[in-house]
Amino acid sequence: MDALLQLDKATIRFGGLTAVSELDLQIGRNELVGLIGPNGAGKTTAFNLITGVYAPTSGGIFFDGRSIAGSKPYRITARGIARTFQNIRLFPSLTVFDNVRAVFHLHLRGDVRQALWRGKGYHAEEKSIAGRVMTLLDIFQLGKFRDEPAKSLSYGDQRRLEIVRALAATPRLLLLDEPAAGMNSTEKVELTRLIRFIREQFQISILLVEHDMQLVMGICERIAVLDYGVKIAEGTPEEVRRNPKVIEAYLGD
Amino acid sequence: MTEFLQQLINGLAFGSILALIALGYTMVYGILRFINFAHGDVFMLGAFSGFYLAPKIAALLPLPSIAGGIAVLLASMAICAALGVVIERFAYRPLRHRPKLTMLITAIGVSLFLEYTGQFVFGAAPKSFPQILPVYPLARLGGLSLNSNQLIVFGVTLGLLLALRFIVLNTKIGTAMRAVSFNPEAAALMGVNTDIVISFTFALGSALAAAAGILWAVNYPAIDPLMGILPGLKAFVAAVLGGIGNLPGAALGGIIIGVTETLVSGYISSTYRDAIAFGVLILILLVKPSGLLGKKEIEKV
Amino acid sequence: MNTSQPRARWSDKLAQGCRSIRIAFLGLAALGLQYTKTSLLIAIALSFLVSLVADRINPYWLYISYDIAISIIMAVSLNLINGYTGQFSLGHAGFMAVGGYAAAMITNQFGHLNFFAADGIFAVALLAGGLAAAATGLLVGLPTLRLRGDYLAIVTLGFGEIIRVIFQNMNSVGGARGLSVAHGWTNFFWSFGLVAVTVYVVASLVNSTYGCGFIAVHDDEIAAEAMGINTTKYKVTAFVIGAFFAGIAGGLYAHAKQFLTPGGFGFMQSITFVVMVILGGMGNTIGVILAAILLTLLPEGLRYLAGIEHVPGIAQAFPLGWIGDTRMIIYSLLLIVLMLTRPQGLFRLRKRKT
Repeated sequence: MDALLQLDKATIRFGGLTAVSELDLQIGRNELVGLIGPNGAGKTTAFNLITGVYAPTSGGIFFDGRSIAGSKPYRITARGIARTFQNIRLFPSLTVFDNVRAVFHLHLRGDVRQALWRGKGYHAEEKSIAGRVMTLLDIFQLGKFRDEPAKSLSYGDQRRLEIVRALAATPRLLLLDEPAAGMNSTEKVELTRLIRFIREQFQISILLVEHDMQLVMGICERIAVLDYGVKIAEGTPEEVRRNPKVIEAYLGD
Repeated sequence: MTEFLQQLINGLAFGSILALIALGYTMVYGILRFINFAHGDVFMLGAFSGFYLAPKIAALLPLPSIAGGIAVLLASMAICAALGVVIERFAYRPLRHRPKLTMLITAIGVSLFLEYTGQFVFGAAPKSFPQILPVYPLARLGGLSLNSNQLIVFGVTLGLLLALRFIVLNTKIGTAMRAVSFNPEAAALMGVNTDIVISFTFALGSALAAAAGILWAVNYPAIDPLMGILPGLKAFVAAVLGGIGNLPGAALGGIIIGVTETLVSGYISSTYRDAIAFGVLILILLVKPSGLLGKKEIEKV
Repeated sequence: MNTSQPRARWSDKLAQGCRSIRIAFLGLAALGLQYTKTSLLIAIALSFLVSLVADRINPYWLYISYDIAISIIMAVSLNLINGYTGQFSLGHAGFMAVGGYAAAMITNQFGHLNFFAADGIFAVALLAGGLAAAATGLLVGLPTLRLRGDYLAIVTLGFGEIIRVIFQNMNSVGGARGLSVAHGWTNFFWSFGLVAVTVYVVASLVNSTYGCGFIAVHDDEIAAEAMGINTTKYKVTAFVIGAFFAGIAGGLYAHAKQFLTPGGFGFMQSITFVVMVILGGMGNTIGVILAAILLTLLPEGLRYLAGIEHVPGIAQAFPLGWIGDTRMIIYSLLLIVLMLTRPQGLFRLRKRKT
């Protein structure tokens, strides 16, 4: 199996509603895939299936060849899938620095005991973590805000910080949930550049759920289209754009 | 069998009183999402209002008598309703947009204030509650004793529950209460005066607690300023058990706690009496975290 | 002649009180600067030095200082659960009871043996009390910590009450009549040394990369989980560590009062500690320490003011005798006023150090 992430007829029902139905989706290594669809099409639900917020009612989800269906979100993150949220969910009472630092517990060698004993190993490790956090923050021009509370950042900076926080988990697959929501066109151009940069710099795969067609068409090499929980089309941006079902789904609204 | 029936009747009477208190907790929670810790003390003040009102009312109406008893009940309910409104206005309203925890601590402060002030004003020693209702022994069936007081507990509770149901479902203010409970911002935008609705809710809940206090005092006629603590806690447990914010749930929870506690302390061990309510609560919450009739709240991701 | 006698005693008392409090503060200040092992050792050494001259401190104030130390340990450990991790627990006094009874049973049983110095047995008893409370915390925490907010609050309250009722029914520990504790071993060294340890543990936990997880759980459980934080494990960890120190405080309490009753660990006690945490500004260790000191001294202070009645001169100018009867009313009113005027806590710092 060559795909990094593979959804195999993944289905989830809430009561009588089938939010996502038999979704097949593959994401290859270092691939940038878009998932689009009209409002309520099940994009975010599909996202929550992959990240373990919901367990699929039926069907399989495989990451790197191993099933992650029904795993707890924190285990899935530890496996190498990190995400951002549609409505930004930073840790508001932590500083910018600590928001990123909190994720580094994933890479800690020691545990509670080390934090309490505060020996040489602890200080060395905290120092190296601080270095890595600052490197990440600096790459995204957030270093100057290191001691500000996360909630005091501007909207765009908060979005960026959320991406940095996800990257701190050293994922192999990054899931971005409507990163362009609430952005103006200049910020969107900036975001496009940022997503391309992340992919090249960190050599990871990205799944992008997005409302904004233009943005998705501009950067994704492959796009899947959901409507009422069913995948109605998949292909290159050009193919998707011409697909009559897609046009109908978007215009039929 | 008679023994069991007797325990059941005692349990139902106790449970009815808990249910009346629990309704106040649950109504306030439904609207403000906040645990009004002082509610048990309003129950206490209901009993004390009755204590001090009875001699005054005896000057106008014969006591003990049905009419006199009802007059004491209604007057205490009115006093406590006013008190509930005052407490909300001065202690809780200024904190409405603060974290709920702040309001909770304030409520604890109010609760302590009422208890200590009660001790200062009424005295800490228990007082014996005057007889305000004539007592008729009813059906004596082979050792089963049921007197008119217990019947009155059931009657009054049922009457108040029906009245509450009517208010919540069939009146304008009741509709407003449900609207605020469902979505306070939207209700305010639709022209509901949330301040009035919240005041009304406190008045209603406090009146029910006062009624519970009178019923309690009629059945267990020693009253003291700390008498509200345990029934208050148990009633709160009852409200959570039924699914907090849910009116039928509170009534159901009260009955369950009352009956279980009476049966267990009658048949198994009376020394564990005060732990029973909590034991039942923990068991049920572990199986059904949102309470018996509560709706599961799904957090949107 | 008659008039100068009580006045001297009173000013003396005050001066000595101030002195012992100042010493206690010194130790805390040393800690407050930096949570390092060195400052921990300094604070422990300081409490040891003070305990050497303890017989020169007024016994009344010494006794109050133990109360203060116990309150600080309770409030700081509860702050890990309620403040930093954001899990609202209302049953902290229950863990204190477990620790107190466990430690007292050990010293009552083995206190007369001379295998170790008395301090050795006391240390073992305190540790055992802490561990017993931690085990109870694990038992209570595992099933209940998936509940949220008010539900968790009421269930922890319930567990606290159940623990109390169980002790009430255990005849081996005296049941409702209470348990006499044979040895009054709590002293300045143990009480403030353990304050230092508690503060060190809680502060160094939350100030580490590992500890950012506690605050992340407090801020947003879903985001924390998505960032790889095992929220259940963090919550249980906070709960167990908090319970451990509550158990230690219980052991100190048992050997300070030398008498335990189940009624002393009711939910009003738990609420007192919660109030300390909230007044201190949730998740602010220094503030919580100050609030614990303040709230322990407040009832004493009011009791004291009522006593000034007997000082001639003052009694005529300010009749204060009424304070004696109404001090708890004043206490509750102060609580309400404080919440209305400073709901963010008395000592909320502008920016939290993490």
